[in-house]
Amino acid sequence: MSEARRSALSRRALVWAPLGLAAAGGLGFWAMLRGMRDGSYDPRGVPSALIGKAAPALSLPAVEGTGLPGFGPDALAAPGGPVLVNFWASWCVPCVVEHPQLVALQRRGVRILGINYKDKPADAAKFLTRYGNPFAALVADADGRAGIEYGLYGVPETYLLDGGGIVRWRWAGPMTPDTVSAELDVLLRRHA
Amino acid sequence: MIPELGHFALALALALSLAQAVLPLWGAQRGDARLMAAGPGLALGVLIAVGSAFGALLWCFAVNDTSVSNVVQNSHSAKPMLYKLAGAWGNHEGSMVLWVLILALCGAAVSGFGRGLPGALRARVLAVLGMIGSGFLAFILATSNPFLRVWPPAADGQGLNPVLQDPGLAFHPPLLYLGYVGTAVTFAFAIAALIEGRVDAAWGRWVRPWALASWSFLTLGIALGSWWAYYELGWGGYWFWDPVENASLLPWLAGCALLHSAIVVEKREALKTWSVLLAILAFSMSLLGTFLVRSGVLNSVHAFANDPERGVFILALLVVTVGGAFALFAWRAPSLSPTGVFAPISREGALVLNNLLLCTIAAVVLAGTLYPMFADLMLKAKISVGPPFYQATVFPLAVPLILAMAAGPLMAWKRARPWPVLQRLWWAALAALVAVLVVWLVQGKPVLPALGFGAAIWLILGALTDVAERVALFSRPRAAFARARGLPRAAWGGAVAHAGFGISLLGMAGMGLATEKLAAVRVGESVALAGYEWRLDGVRDVVGPNWAGRRATVTVTRDGAPVTVLEPEKRNFPIARQATTEAAIHTTWASDLYAVMGEEENGTATLRLHHNPLAPWIWLGAAVMALGGGLSLSDRRARVGAPARRRAAGTVEA
Repeated sequence: MSEARRSALSRRALVWAPLGLAAAGGLGFWAMLRGMRDGSYDPRGVPSALIGKAAPALSLPAVEGTGLPGFGPDALAAPGGPVLVNFWASWCVPCVVEHPQLVALQRRGVRILGINYKDKPADAAKFLTRYGNPFAALVADADGRAGIEYGLYGVPETYLLDGGGIVRWRWAGPMTPDTVSAELDVLLRRHA
Repeated sequence: MIPELGHFALALALALSLAQAVLPLWGAQRGDARLMAAGPGLALGVLIAVGSAFGALLWCFAVNDTSVSNVVQNSHSAKPMLYKLAGAWGNHEGSMVLWVLILALCGAAVSGFGRGLPGALRARVLAVLGMIGSGFLAFILATSNPFLRVWPPAADGQGLNPVLQDPGLAFHPPLLYLGYVGTAVTFAFAIAALIEGRVDAAWGRWVRPWALASWSFLTLGIALGSWWAYYELGWGGYWFWDPVENASLLPWLAGCALLHSAIVVEKREALKTWSVLLAILAFSMSLLGTFLVRSGVLNSVHAFANDPERGVFILALLVVTVGGAFALFAWRAPSLSPTGVFAPISREGALVLNNLLLCTIAAVVLAGTLYPMFADLMLKAKISVGPPFYQATVFPLAVPLILAMAAGPLMAWKRARPWPVLQRLWWAALAALVAVLVVWLVQGKPVLPALGFGAAIWLILGALTDVAERVALFSRPRAAFARARGLPRAAWGGAVAHAGFGISLLGMAGMGLATEKLAAVRVGESVALAGYEWRLDGVRDVVGPNWAGRRATVTVTRDGAPVTVLEPEKRNFPIARQATTEAAIHTTWASDLYAVMGEEENGTATLRLHHNPLAPWIWLGAAVMALGGGLSLSDRRARVGAPARRRAAGTVEA
């Protein structure tokens, strides 16, 4: 802190810096709150543009060390029955919250395809050993390109595809037991 | 009747707060002693009014008054009494009343303990506290009335969030709020100093106890929250870099920087502008946390139920308080002239380094917390910032911080020579190096835990060296005990707090070596983990006051000798329609044995077993840090504060 040596002018400019930063932050927060009211900013996710359209084709590698098979574009183009596509990562805390719901769905016979988003294979394998594996097949989206294709809001995020590979439903954020019983179960029955 | 009285008490508190915000300040500006003297009385009045309102709220929860909307949403007659009461502050409205109550307590404490304060300074501090209080009381009355009635009354409540039905969480918010509100007092001192245009050694002395108290409570609050996450959420981790966790870490970092820079103000009359800025920043971070958590602008697992209406009000409060403070700062700060000059290598230099590093860490955490929100707003890009970012940015900054933490207290004021300091610390450095090598060789690959052990040893031995040097343990051991008794408590406090951080680091490094296993086992089968045999003896039904669940009995043995019996549970709360896992933890000095029960199927139960070496030390260390803060706070210089007496009382250390 060479306060004494700093020229008076730059010192005067510097003391205004906190106010400027705070003002910029305040404006941003205000825009967020306004956006929340008119729907342009939604921290919990926005409706996907993909609903009613065919799921984007993906060809991604399987995740090494998990022992799970990968899946190609065919698995999404014509799954032959309803299938969930779940984006997740081992570094994401809400994914831990969501995980028991995925495991329970898999127990009930729902087919779940996993996309491991921007993650290290070793961490992903460790996560699955720790919390159990709900995925029928798993691929790695190491650079996040699949996330861009799907317009991913964040992780976790889940898409429901019907038997013809059309996106029917999208859930941004962790699915809770209520989400499953209130929204997903109905759709699963409708598209079975 | 009682809820209406509570509501009325809040309105009365607002009126008194407004008076407290205006009258003493006006008196101080005009030099009117009678108006200035109104401050303490008004502060006491506010305390009584807010206290009555809080009492009324507690009463509503205690008798389960289902005509009050807040009780209906957050309580239930079947809940144990402790959690009924804790429910009063476990929700948005009640927690705001608690916040204001603590602020009123601080106001009354400033007027009570502040008899030695210059009259004008005390009047201005009380006025600023009154302004903050008025803002929050207006917020409560306008958007978050906790005493809102419903008609017709509900048959019974809808139950508290069962995850929150836990002693750790019942006391987590009050401790955290004590910390947050403590930053409001240092903020008030900073604003008063800016209005007066004077920051001197006495100001540093007045601010330091409040900074210490607030930092100690924040430490305890954060530790309690992290401990709760560890044993209640059952994920086996203790810190997740969640935005809400970061929101509590930011004021802690700023407060930590402030309580160090206040030493420099007190001893050397330097870093004045900087300390004022830190005091403003610490409170701004507390308010920012409140805004982020309660307005709903961020997506977190912890956030309160929220609505944008409230968000706008808190944002307005935030803008008025922070914007006003920074504008005042920009206008008045150039007039606070620095007087002390010092060399880069000196105690002051080390404290400046500490401040720079702590503030950089705070800036990094702030950026990581806000970046996804602003990226979403401005670039329409959806980005999540996770632990990898914080590990890559915070750890490299923590290394120089820890290195300087042990060396700083050994340096002399004004001008120090590096060589003698290194000479006194060589054994600590050697021990740290040995620790790194031993852990690295025994455990192999992960290098971070090994470095963590080294850093912890370095800090703890550094703190010991500090105390040993001050009492001349090795050079003149005979009178060392007498000198230890004569050593100022502030010196003890600093050493204890630094050692406490070392103890926490030891725990975190140990957690870096944790092992775990997920296994589906039948009754009678066992699993081997970390040298222990974990045998599932049975699973049975259990019933609690407002839940029903399944409890597994797991017997843990080591080489055939019984170690402990763990009983993890899965609880079902029918009223809240929610299930929780209750991890069973066997704690020893060396490690935690941690078991969580998962799904049951066809006679097999899924068990998740963890062996967490040194885990309890994380929270033990935090308690030791807070104890260090408390010791420092009990120093007689913190009580004997008048600037005239300073020179007589506080020259022991120099």
